[in-house]
Amino acid sequence: MTALETPAPAPAPKNPAPENPARAGRSLAARVASGAAGGALRIFLLLVALFWLVPTFGLLVSSFRDPTDIAESGWWKVFSAPAQLTTKSYESLLENDGITDALFNTVWITVPATLLVVLIGAMAGYAFAWMDFKGRDWWFMVVVGLLVVPVQVALIPLSGLFRDLGIFGDIIGVVLFHVGFGLPFAIFLLRNFFAEIPRELLEAARLDGAGEIRLFATVVLPLAAPALASLGIFQFLWVWNDMLVALVFSSSGSQPLTVALQQQVRQFGSNIEVLAPGAFISMVIPLAVFFAFQKQFVSGVMAGAVK
Amino acid sequence: MSSAVAKTAEGAGALPTPPAAPRKSVTGTRLWVAVLFLLPALVLLGALVVYPIGYSVWRSLFDASGSGFVGLDNYAEIFTDDATLVAVRNTAIWVAVAPALVTALGLIFAVLTERVRWGTAFKLIVFMPMAISMLAAGIIFRLVYEQDPDQGVANAVVTSVHDVFADESVYPKARPNTQVSDLRPSGGGSFTTEGAVRAGTPALLPLVGIAPNRLPGDPEDAKAPTGNGVTGTVWLDFRLGGGGEKGAVDRGEKALEGVKVEAVKDGKVVATATSGTDGTFRLPESADGSRLRLPGSNFAAPYNGIDWLGPTLVTPAVIGSYVWMWAGFAMVLIAAGLAGVDRNLLEAARVDGANEWQVFRRITVPLLAPVLVVVLVTLMINVMKIFDLVYIIAPQPTQDEANVLALQLYLASYGGGGDFGLGSAIGVVLLLLVLPVMWVNIRRLRKERQR
Repeated sequence: MTALETPAPAPAPKNPAPENPARAGRSLAARVASGAAGGALRIFLLLVALFWLVPTFGLLVSSFRDPTDIAESGWWKVFSAPAQLTTKSYESLLENDGITDALFNTVWITVPATLLVVLIGAMAGYAFAWMDFKGRDWWFMVVVGLLVVPVQVALIPLSGLFRDLGIFGDIIGVVLFHVGFGLPFAIFLLRNFFAEIPRELLEAARLDGAGEIRLFATVVLPLAAPALASLGIFQFLWVWNDMLVALVFSSSGSQPLTVALQQQVRQFGSNIEVLAPGAFISMVIPLAVFFAFQKQFVSGVMAGAVK
Repeated sequence: MSSAVAKTAEGAGALPTPPAAPRKSVTGTRLWVAVLFLLPALVLLGALVVYPIGYSVWRSLFDASGSGFVGLDNYAEIFTDDATLVAVRNTAIWVAVAPALVTALGLIFAVLTERVRWGTAFKLIVFMPMAISMLAAGIIFRLVYEQDPDQGVANAVVTSVHDVFADESVYPKARPNTQVSDLRPSGGGSFTTEGAVRAGTPALLPLVGIAPNRLPGDPEDAKAPTGNGVTGTVWLDFRLGGGGEKGAVDRGEKALEGVKVEAVKDGKVVATATSGTDGTFRLPESADGSRLRLPGSNFAAPYNGIDWLGPTLVTPAVIGSYVWMWAGFAMVLIAAGLAGVDRNLLEAARVDGANEWQVFRRITVPLLAPVLVVVLVTLMINVMKIFDLVYIIAPQPTQDEANVLALQLYLASYGGGGDFGLGSAIGVVLLLLVLPVMWVNIRRLRKERQR
């Protein structure tokens, strides 16, 4: 059903074995050689893992160092002087109103944008899957077409529209933008999920006298919980991590954490004591989601990466 | 992890065919109910996605202020103006390099992790950057790429590797005291005596320019050389508190250890020596009558690592951070594909004597081709729109060199440019670039319907 589970059959390998010495039973030499190769492989992968961890780790350590220490030496110096570690940067950051307000704005933007996309997407997805109306397939095709529209194309038109509506610079504008661009994927994902619900289940509920709305709320939505969770997690992270949309559509009172931190980057070096802990605070929620909901997270990110 | 991926990988790149919807409604839906369910979505999509596309196309035909019709001039400007041309070129580099690099790494990791027991832990580590924002990744890599080797880990590694293979310059700021010695600059940062050295007459090579308490280590006092042969002293002709005779080795003046001294005859180096802990050096008799040269390597400025975010390397550096973020994505998708590969095929080839590389090249890769294409296409779409990483990592002075289309759109429209005409044109170009994928998605859907 998916491209991943059943790859197309490969062409038969053309003569994969040029020579064929001692094929029966592996010689001792071969086993020693493969053991050495296994050791090299482990070391290689270990180095790669280290390579992947070090950048984040460096920022984490920096966020727990005193600004004067940061200016004087690299973060790796803490290994020889662990006493340097301090939570000072975090304390002063949390006393910084600009940053804490931005953190709250991030929440006020992310939560409604996620809930609205899941709810409206589920309604439309259900209609596309189980309701009979004229032009249903045509409309769904339009939605699928909209999947890959880049957000950049809407920045200028929507800043004009939102100005006319008087919501430019408001949280609601940022939320609306994310809802609009979250919907095509939400509808696509949920329609496909709903379409696989066994027909008998819905018919049984119908015979029990459930109307369309009750059917949707009490049968369809609970059945779709895993898909709703994947979608919700993906949309949540998408909005939480967004910078571009908020950069254009928020103002100083409504800007989320990413925008507030972005402004600090402009004077990088002089204020790493704000940037390092700030970046970590912005990463805590996504990382917590990542570790808590690994399965849904992976499927959500994989499925939605096309955005 | 992987089964979840396989199940919902459908949104990626080219869409696999979704299940056909049942033709008949279970409930015999009345029209108003269908409208109720669809209206919110359709209104929002119309106003927030469809309308902007139309408006952008129309707006791109007008000038900066929106009052004058300019036809396709804005599009012409994208491909003629120097600033946007750099953005076009860089976006092309991104699309050509980044997806291929990420996919190749993802493939390698996916294949290799199958062979170790802690493969899942490895995948977790490499996939983790997908969870964080590009802003956070940008900040992380700004720190990695810091020029100062005492700040940025990249240059810390580079300089320490460099120092293993190259001689470290010992006294970067030292220079000869030209008033009391006949050492004169001789090109390339080196200094050469004007007179020749004679066996039995110690050569005095006084240097100044460093504070005695800034010398590395704990240097000894300098000594005048004793004994026969071609000898001399390199020392710091200055002591804290002053005093002493210029050009003579006085008590309390510090020796300069490890300075290279070359004996030069007729432009050729005939012997070399290095000053010892007391600053003295001894050359073979054959150096008699040669001039002494202190090569420039003694005084070269210390190696400071690579200018990662300078004009030439900034785009590769930002691409590096992108690879760090997205390799996990490619790896997990490819690993899911790999799980569906028939192991018997691989085993059969091994039994026939194929080595691991042949199995990989001739069997695994062809079997994975469909997945690799999906990953590549998805990454290409993603990379065309790259914005945050470039905006955050490239410092202001080199931002122009690192420019990409999405960033240029922002800069032209909001970053002080105020040119909504050009911005709209770039937006439309970005849309045109993903149009083929849109078309493929829709066609697949239609095929499924007609069946």
